[in-house]
Amino acid sequence: MSIPLNHLLIFTSLLFLTGLYGALTRRNAVGILIAIEIMLNAVNINFVAFTSSLKNTSPELGQVFAIFVIVLAATTAAVGLAIVVAIYRNQKTIYTDEIDLLKW
Amino acid sequence: MHLPILSCLVFLPLVGMILIMLVPRGRDNLIRGIATIATALVLGLTIKLLAAFDQTQSGMQFVEHAQWIRELNVFYHLGVDGISILMIFATALLGFLACVASFGITERTKEYFALYLLLETGMMGTFLSLDLFLFYIFWEVVLVPMYFLIGVWGGPRKEYAAIKFFLYTLAGSMFMLIGILALYFNHTPHTFDMIELTKNSFALYFQQLVFLALFFGFAIKVPIFPFHTWLPDAHVEAPTPISVLLAGVLLKMGTYGFFRISYPILPQAAHWFGPYMGVLAVIGIVYGGFVAFAQKDFKKMVAYSSVSHMGFVLLGLAVFTPAAMNGALLQMFNHAMITGGLFLLVGVLYDRAHTREMDAFGGVWSKMPVYGSILIFISLASLGLPGLSGFVSEFMVLMGSYPVYRWMTIASCIGILLAAAYLLYMIQRVLLGPLNPKWSRLPDINKREIFTLVPLMIFILAVGVYPKIALQYIGPSIEHLLHLLAGKIAA
Amino acid sequence: MVTYPVFIPLIPLASFAIIVFFGKWLKEKSAWVAILASAASCVLSLRAAWTVAQGGSFHQSFNWLMINNIPLEFGIAIDPLSAVMLFVVTFIGTLIVIYSVGYMHEDPRYARFFAYLSLFLFSMLGLVLSSTLVQIYLFWELVGLCSYFLIGFWFEKKSAAEAGRKAFITNRIGDIGFFLGIVTFFYATGTVRFADIRPELIHAHAGSAVLTASALLLFCGAVGKSAQFPLHVWLPDAMEGPTPVSALIHAATMVAAGIYLVARLFPLFHAFPDVSQVIAIIGTVTALMAAFFALTQMDIKKVLAYSTISQLGYMTAALGVGGMTAGTFHLMTHAFFKALLFLGAGSVIHGSGVQDMNEMGGLRKTMPITFWTFVMATVAIAGIPPFAGFWSKDEILVRAFESGHRIIFWALVLTALMTSFYMFRLLFLTFFGKTRGHLHPHESPLVMTLPLIILAFGSALIGLPGSPWMHHWFQNFLAAGHPEEIGMNSFVVTISIATSVAGFLTAFALYVLKPELPKRFAKKYWVLYEASKNKLWIDEFYQATVIGWFKAVSKNAFVFDAEVIDRTVNEVGLKTISVSRIKNWIDQYIVDGLVNLTGWTVRKISAVLRLIQTGYIHNYLFVLLLGLLVIVFAVFNI
Repeated sequence: MSIPLNHLLIFTSLLFLTGLYGALTRRNAVGILIAIEIMLNAVNINFVAFTSSLKNTSPELGQVFAIFVIVLAATTAAVGLAIVVAIYRNQKTIYTDEIDLLKW
Repeated sequence: MHLPILSCLVFLPLVGMILIMLVPRGRDNLIRGIATIATALVLGLTIKLLAAFDQTQSGMQFVEHAQWIRELNVFYHLGVDGISILMIFATALLGFLACVASFGITERTKEYFALYLLLETGMMGTFLSLDLFLFYIFWEVVLVPMYFLIGVWGGPRKEYAAIKFFLYTLAGSMFMLIGILALYFNHTPHTFDMIELTKNSFALYFQQLVFLALFFGFAIKVPIFPFHTWLPDAHVEAPTPISVLLAGVLLKMGTYGFFRISYPILPQAAHWFGPYMGVLAVIGIVYGGFVAFAQKDFKKMVAYSSVSHMGFVLLGLAVFTPAAMNGALLQMFNHAMITGGLFLLVGVLYDRAHTREMDAFGGVWSKMPVYGSILIFISLASLGLPGLSGFVSEFMVLMGSYPVYRWMTIASCIGILLAAAYLLYMIQRVLLGPLNPKWSRLPDINKREIFTLVPLMIFILAVGVYPKIALQYIGPSIEHLLHLLAGKIAA
Repeated sequence: MVTYPVFIPLIPLASFAIIVFFGKWLKEKSAWVAILASAASCVLSLRAAWTVAQGGSFHQSFNWLMINNIPLEFGIAIDPLSAVMLFVVTFIGTLIVIYSVGYMHEDPRYARFFAYLSLFLFSMLGLVLSSTLVQIYLFWELVGLCSYFLIGFWFEKKSAAEAGRKAFITNRIGDIGFFLGIVTFFYATGTVRFADIRPELIHAHAGSAVLTASALLLFCGAVGKSAQFPLHVWLPDAMEGPTPVSALIHAATMVAAGIYLVARLFPLFHAFPDVSQVIAIIGTVTALMAAFFALTQMDIKKVLAYSTISQLGYMTAALGVGGMTAGTFHLMTHAFFKALLFLGAGSVIHGSGVQDMNEMGGLRKTMPITFWTFVMATVAIAGIPPFAGFWSKDEILVRAFESGHRIIFWALVLTALMTSFYMFRLLFLTFFGKTRGHLHPHESPLVMTLPLIILAFGSALIGLPGSPWMHHWFQNFLAAGHPEEIGMNSFVVTISIATSVAGFLTAFALYVLKPELPKRFAKKYWVLYEASKNKLWIDEFYQATVIGWFKAVSKNAFVFDAEVIDRTVNEVGLKTISVSRIKNWIDQYIVDGLVNLTGWTVRKISAVLRLIQTGYIHNYLFVLLLGLLVIVFAVFNI
């Protein structure tokens, strides 16, 4: 009655690629951040899926990791958004193709 | 209380210099006052030193000995004996008188007097140090203020003269440094102590090399022919008081070096080089006289006369007889007084007329009777008139050198004739003859200027009439030195 | 203990000091200080001389200087010789100081003149009293100095200033010989004390070449000071000084110092016949030559100057032929009559205002005292008996005759003839005939004529103590108990008187009876005339040779100094700068070039590499992904 592992893996792969695609193509820094969140969530689903399908490991292990990642993602988002705000204040833009401060 | 009198002599001017640097710019009278007080204190201490000096003793007195750099075995070692005492006194006296004569300096007074006092520290230190390291440091300390004093307060070609003086002397002191280091490393244990070094006997070839190295350093300073050409330039460009110190003290540092370092430490080499030094001395005496005769510039003439007169010191050094050695040392003192006086007199005239061209004057004596009389008095001392000091020392040198180098002595006598020729020629061109109407408003020498000259005249006359007052200080030390030399040379 | 002779020189010194320091306030009174001082010395000198005449002597000294542990003394010694000199110097000195009060009247530097005179007296007395050679040298130079000052007293006159310098330098040349003589003497014998210079000491070194050289060198000093050939050229020029100075210094006393020295060292010179010969020859040459020059001079003081040189030559010759007392005797008599001649000439100059004899003539009426005293002096110098000059000159001629040097004897006789002639010529030209110039002559004041009168008596009488009439008292006194053999030679006496009279008669004939004759003689014997007038061109010769050579050497030495020695120094400096430039170039283009090349290369490479750095975050992410893929493929070997 459970959903097969294969389906879940295909779903998470699609989700991850969506995030990746977004991260690579979005010009808006906020968009890139959202895309990264999506990739993290794909990984979270993977953790949960594997932990429930594997018999000889404790089911809580994957879930703990997932929660850990969610917390991390929240902090990343906080720091990331703060940087975006700071950049916006300085550069009056958040479009990444207009920001090349790292260039030598 | 036990006063470290020698350290006071060396560092009192330095204290004065620091005080002057604390005084705000522009307060010229205060600055002059500090400098005068500092130099006067040095003079006072020197007189005290003379009074306390034991004339019967030949060794070092008032010795101050302290460790300075332990790793290199360098000591802070000061002392005075018969060889240095007269030079100390000459330095203190001329230092004071030239300071009074410096009141005419109005430009950058603060820097001038600060450097002036530094110079005095250097000179005192050179004559007092008994450690080669210390000696070298003071020797170089003299150079720097001298460079600035000529280069900033000098005449039209001051930069040229200053740099020539500086580089020439520095080149000499490089050789000297090499010599000093050679002595240091070849002595076991390594030491810079002059007294200690006299006790060792080095091999002759080593002595010769070191002697030669030191010779360059000293010869340039004296200056011995043919290293003398910096002297006229430096003298002509230097301000009057600095010329006085240059001629009166700095030149003697060279010959003092022979007495203090070259001779006691390297006796065999000194003996070996004696004839060559004698030849250079005679060339210097005669050549300097001839060139002085050809001069048109008053100051330059005096400068060349220094070359001639310092030749007598060298001649006295070249022979190892007591009369000549005593005479040479006395000549150093006398020449300091006489030539110091002559430079002061040139300065007096230059301050009024703004020229030193002797032919431009004439008949000045009738306008400046006191000045003329003083100039004649000191010129007579310089040309070796008996009864004045120049005669005594030259007489002693010639008397002492005759049995050793007969022909050289005879040739040197030409120098005496030349001295009369160029000095009387100078007197004639400046003082005698019809008065050049251009100078009909020339004011006579003033009280301050007379004040700077009278002490010199007193010593010129006193030593000339009764030389013992000076000779009694130097006799035992020279005897000791000759004894040392004789022992080493015989060995 | 200090005895009173010490004060003989010290009193004039004190006078000098007083006038120098207080002359401003003393003004005219300076003269009184000087007169009192010289008179006081004179009294003391006479007292000392009297004591010596009684057989006493003075010697006092202290150690002045040590030369190689041998002490050099400084002191005073009075023996008969110095007693004579003391008397001459102080007596004539006092008279001349008094005379100067009149002569220097209204001179702007009146006080200074008396200061110099006092200094001179001090130096001269110090010289006379010296007990050692070194001390005599010391005062020897001092009198030279006074002479320098006094010749150039009117220094505004260029000729006076130059004459002073010439005198000093010429004397210095002789003095260097003197100095070397002292040094050699000291090392040859170990002493410089006069008291030690006795025949015994000299005999101990007989035949010593060094001592011979030493004697000759010592004589050089006398040649310079006593204006002997070839160093005589300074004395005529010295006449630029005030006339009292010419009388005191350049006639009576200082120039006699050379003779005094030779007399003092007589045992030394006497022991070396070769040296004596040289002295005699130089003396004779000088005597003859100077007398010859005096024949044609027209300047009254120049005639007297050459006469002085000639007479000094006479004395030197006397000492050279062994006549120590004869020379000294002549020194004393000459001092009197020559001082008188000069003072008389001074009086003439003072009264008439000219010095050139062409302008004078007939002065005997307006200046009677001067005239008569001048006559006395002329008679004395010409050697007419019984005046002073006769006795001393005669003794010299006797000495020369007995020495066997015939040429010297006849040369001296000829000199005596010329002396008589030129002196009478001077007398006639000045005082006889008609006044040739436009003069308003007047007799000098008493302060000047009184010394003339006193000296005139002296000139007449001072020869007597040495004459046979007084049994040669003077000579015996001088020789201090060892009298020299003094013969009267009737041949010589006859010749002597004959020459004097002949000189007088010739002069009388030429300048009084037929005054047009001299000019014709001058034309006829023009070679001799010009030679005499131009003093054999000796001055010109010196100017061209010695002085020219000296100046050339001096100039060339200076050029050498600037062009060779100093050039070398400067070249070393400049060459150092050139080398530094090359080094600078190397440093700039090679050493630094390499450094820059490294930097340049790195820059070029990084210019390419920097293109990777776009700064766009998505580019970086893309590269990140690519990298991940590469790793993944690498790990899984796909």
